[in-house]
Amino acid sequence: MSWAGPEDSLLSTSLASYLDKKLLVLLRDGRKLLGLLRSFDQFANVVLEGACERVIVGDLYCDIPLGLYVIRGENVVLIGELELNKEELPPHMTLVPEAEIKRAQKAERDATDLKGSMRKRMEFLDFD
Amino acid sequence: MSTGIFGCVQLFFSYFKELVGREVTVELKNDLAIRGTLHSVDQYLNIKLENTRVVDQDKYPHMLSVRNCFIRGSVVRYVQLPPEGVDVELLHDATRREARGG
Repeated sequence: MSWAGPEDSLLSTSLASYLDKKLLVLLRDGRKLLGLLRSFDQFANVVLEGACERVIVGDLYCDIPLGLYVIRGENVVLIGELELNKEELPPHMTLVPEAEIKRAQKAERDATDLKGSMRKRMEFLDFD
Repeated sequence: MSTGIFGCVQLFFSYFKELVGREVTVELKNDLAIRGTLHSVDQYLNIKLENTRVVDQDKYPHMLSVRNCFIRGSVVRYVQLPPEGVDVELLHDATRREARGG
């Protein structure tokens, strides 16, 4: 197995260029974490300072502060650089308090659970 | 080119390196599809894209302000390439060479 040679380090796929920048980390379970990249390794384990989770339900969103996070690399899907001077979300989305987003999240979860249980009860009808 | 158990990985690593600068679409295992210019790739087939845009933007509003991104190789399902970026003959030859053991 060969390691990155000098020509690779110029055009490197490492996260070094993202250090100390504000990033969006997308996790395998769909969670979105924002924070400053302070450290990383070859597995894409990352350390985020001032991390917060961005919860989006429909047109509502909320950033829930978390603190300093170490994310295990296997959970990382994508790491995106956030443009500072640009609006981070579409203008029609509204920031709501944490309590409200939790309520909306629960309502959404209940709705999908209900859909699942309805489907189960109707399974004998042999849909699809 | 090196051979051994990582031979094939190296083949595709070399192959993707040739595609740097081209416009590709990367589809992830969570169905998110991202189009962008291939900036770089490493031995794990991690990919860095520039000038990215998500194919289904409305479904992923949080990706709106992401222009450059790093994608972990393990979550990639497909990479869609420009047709002119694939030299099938060259790939065939390289694969046969590797199969013969160099």
